[in-house]
Amino acid sequence: MPFPILSTLVALPVVGAILLLFVRPGDNEERVSRMIALVISLLVFGETLLLWSRFIPGSPEFQFVERHAWIPAFGITYAVGVDGISLLLLVLTGFLTPIALLSSWESVHTKTRAFCMFVLLLESAMLGVFVSLDLFLFYVFWDAMLVPMYFLIGIWGYDRRVYAAVKFILYTMAGSVLMLLAILGLAYLHYTATGSYSFDLLKLYTLDVPDHLQVYFFLAFALAFAIKVPLFPFHTWLPDAHVEAPTAGSVILAGVLLKMGTYGLVRFAFPLFPQAAVYFAPALGVLAVIGIIYGALVAMVQPDMKKLVAYSSVSHLGFVVLGITAMNMQGVQGAVYQMLNHGISTGGLFLIVGMLSDRRHTRLIAEYGGLKKVTPRLVAAFLIITLSSIGLPGLNGFVGEFLILLGAFRTDPKLAAFAATGVILSATYMLWMFQRVNYGPVTNEKNANLADLQPREWVVIAPIIAVAILMGVLPNIFLRPIGPSVERTLNQIHQRASAVLNAGHSAPGAGATR
Amino acid sequence: MNGAFNAIVPMACVTAAGIAAMIAEAFREPGERMPIGGLGFVGLAGAAIASILLWGRGAVSFGMVAADNFGLFVTMVLVIVGTLSIAISGPTIDREQLPMGEYYALLLFAVAGMILMATATDLLLIFLALEVLSLAVYVLTGIRRQSPLSTEAALKYFLLGAFSSAFFLYGIAFTYGLTGSTRLDRVGSLIAAQAMSPTPMQLLAVGLLLVGFAFKVAAVPFHMWTPDAYEGAPAAVTGFMSTGVKAAAFAAFTRVFLSTFEPLRGDWSVILWGIAAATMIVGTVVGVSQSNVKRMLAYSSIGHGGYLLVAMVAANDVGKGAILFYLLTYAITNLGAFGVIAVLDAGDRANDRVEDYAGLWNERPALAALMTIFLLSLGGFPPLAGFIAKWYVFSAAVKAGYNWLAIIGVLTSVISVFFYLRIVVMMYMTPRGSGEPVPPTPALAGAALVISAILLFYLGILPARVLDLAAASIGTIF
Repeated sequence: MPFPILSTLVALPVVGAILLLFVRPGDNEERVSRMIALVISLLVFGETLLLWSRFIPGSPEFQFVERHAWIPAFGITYAVGVDGISLLLLVLTGFLTPIALLSSWESVHTKTRAFCMFVLLLESAMLGVFVSLDLFLFYVFWDAMLVPMYFLIGIWGYDRRVYAAVKFILYTMAGSVLMLLAILGLAYLHYTATGSYSFDLLKLYTLDVPDHLQVYFFLAFALAFAIKVPLFPFHTWLPDAHVEAPTAGSVILAGVLLKMGTYGLVRFAFPLFPQAAVYFAPALGVLAVIGIIYGALVAMVQPDMKKLVAYSSVSHLGFVVLGITAMNMQGVQGAVYQMLNHGISTGGLFLIVGMLSDRRHTRLIAEYGGLKKVTPRLVAAFLIITLSSIGLPGLNGFVGEFLILLGAFRTDPKLAAFAATGVILSATYMLWMFQRVNYGPVTNEKNANLADLQPREWVVIAPIIAVAILMGVLPNIFLRPIGPSVERTLNQIHQRASAVLNAGHSAPGAGATR
Repeated sequence: MNGAFNAIVPMACVTAAGIAAMIAEAFREPGERMPIGGLGFVGLAGAAIASILLWGRGAVSFGMVAADNFGLFVTMVLVIVGTLSIAISGPTIDREQLPMGEYYALLLFAVAGMILMATATDLLLIFLALEVLSLAVYVLTGIRRQSPLSTEAALKYFLLGAFSSAFFLYGIAFTYGLTGSTRLDRVGSLIAAQAMSPTPMQLLAVGLLLVGFAFKVAAVPFHMWTPDAYEGAPAAVTGFMSTGVKAAAFAAFTRVFLSTFEPLRGDWSVILWGIAAATMIVGTVVGVSQSNVKRMLAYSSIGHGGYLLVAMVAANDVGKGAILFYLLTYAITNLGAFGVIAVLDAGDRANDRVEDYAGLWNERPALAALMTIFLLSLGGFPPLAGFIAKWYVFSAAVKAGYNWLAIIGVLTSVISVFFYLRIVVMMYMTPRGSGEPVPPTPALAGAALVISAILLFYLGILPARVLDLAAASIGTIF
């Protein structure tokens, strides 16, 4: 039996959390807890890198697959595996978690042990979502993830944390319970078709779902994922959650959690229900473009930096969804790439905002000004990450947005044209915010003596900048493993969508084949 | 002997323990502490061992008590209910200075009645069992004699309970009038023979029995007694009756309706559909506005009754297994939650308002964590048992084509999460204001709570064995 690399990957943070249970309360509790959590999360990161190095980039299939019977009576298996789409998301999760832990070094001092436990449990659930090849297992991780995030926002957040935490968990649950029913419906459909239950993704991929059920199932899945992304008009939980969450929570929320929505669309909703996907893709694309423009416009008028970055997430994730709905190679590959970019650049922005707010205990743009003279190094890091978020060529954001727009243009040039305005708008609001915070004279004397980047903060922000540059200069390192799997997924969608059409069924998307 | 008494051994063990508790009480000096609860553990352990030995044998005593696997599974659930209830009763008895012999004896007699109800195969015997358990529980509800709230609760519970018993008895009378028998198998075969065109008389008999059961399982619109009774009774008793009575009543309900009255399912399932939907909606929506934790959990337990009814409406193999698995997880979870309430109950101050939980995490991190686990399991979060139980119920509904019932079910469970989280918000995210000291946790109650929590994780992560057991149990009667 080969080494179960994915299972150990998912289990390692839980082991860390259990270890933390045994840390004795006392003077050293805080330091020991942090060290344990950091070491564990670094080990996880190391393991994700190991996974990447062993991964065969040319193969479109799932690799490192493990399969064990779990609840045999219902055909539920513990099945995990990784392909090009999920591989780098795992690496991203492994990369951001230690950074999030480090970022909270100075700002979290109450109940540090519990904080570290929740971060580790959250990491485990996130990794689990990305490796699950069984819908039941996927749903377990998907739902289990809500609880630690709820506590992270609710206990260590800012003033309106309780409201934000409850809104976060209820919104997400309301979306996902209908998906649970759709999953059950699929399993019973498999039962009627073959005589046995199955929640196995690979088996369900080949299941022919009747047209009217495809519509319901797709809508149930899409609602769950649209809320998570969040796609306009399901985005209202996001600004609250982001603004109230502690820095570490925001980084993980923006960096990884939101990707689960878009990942879910690519992995589950589109390939499982190809005809419904073809039928609804244009509508989703329109919502995505509305989200791009709306998010950007709302971001522009935010007085609060964190809220601005939160709305910029709505805008940027609109691009990702647009790329997915283009349903061609460039679009989807760009979308997967953009998921990683957004994790890096928005994660970085939240870190910077967190550093400023640690110093001044405010996030209002009007409270700052002229920081360039006071904290030149911090501002330099801020600038690079801002530019990466805008999509300046040579940094990571450019590659993803370019590919997505290329893909979208091939599908619907008008939509792509509207989406492209989002690029300009994002430059406007980001640079305007940057200008107001960093340039001009120091208007508030409280800012005159702020400390520049501390060594710990260097450790936090330098890797983000390095990755942002690397992904901008050498995108092929990252695109290479993504490509084959995206191609396989797209072939699967198009073949099945048209196969049923040829068989004479009246597919809902009959006129919309691309 | 040739095994004629085998099927009643589990309840005989519990009854013997109850009698022993009464005798011990007679020899107890006032104020003397006596390990009477230990007698209960012994009796319940005997019942558990007997159930395991009887497993798969299909023992029948007097043609009226059947220790089939279905009944034995519920018996095991009831043994767990009894054991946990005794374990969490200690603090209540001490602080309220309740007569411990009477308390444990009543509790054990109630468990014996519940076991009888789960294994009885004659309508009259089911009624008898119902009365045995109800009388004991009425007294337990009012056992705090000085407390007006407790007395009021007991009286309300008794009056409405007696009312529902009358319905039940009336239903039995009609059934006897129609078929000339009260034995479930004979009634079933005669009904099946006439089922082509159900007569109004048949429907009346079924309807009256349905009302009687609906009262006992606290289904809407027969749930009015529940919040008052649950709030007035001591927390440990509430935990006991919200799980034990429900498990026993659902066992008999399932046995009567899903096997004996199965031929008339087309007629009663429509009504039960409505009752199930109303129960889920009322239980959760009204629960949102409660400010007393016991009352909130009373509405939550009404809501959980609704999920069990969904499984009954679905009435397929999955649904029947789901009822058993749900009863098991619900019993452990709810008793755990009420156990925490019982531990916090300080006698003079019940500490059962939502605000009393403020900042519990700072005072008692372990207790707060346990409460969180129980509440999250009630809310149906993985990887806890409550998730698997709900998933099982909803799969039954989806499989049977009751999609709307499943949709109502999942949406109400989201609403229920809202009020479970209110307590979590209080415990973790609200500073402690009152400065009232939290009573200490007795070792036995603490151990019971920890074991319950571990069981919830076990059933949530590795449910396959118990699911198979539940599925195997239903084969014996359907």
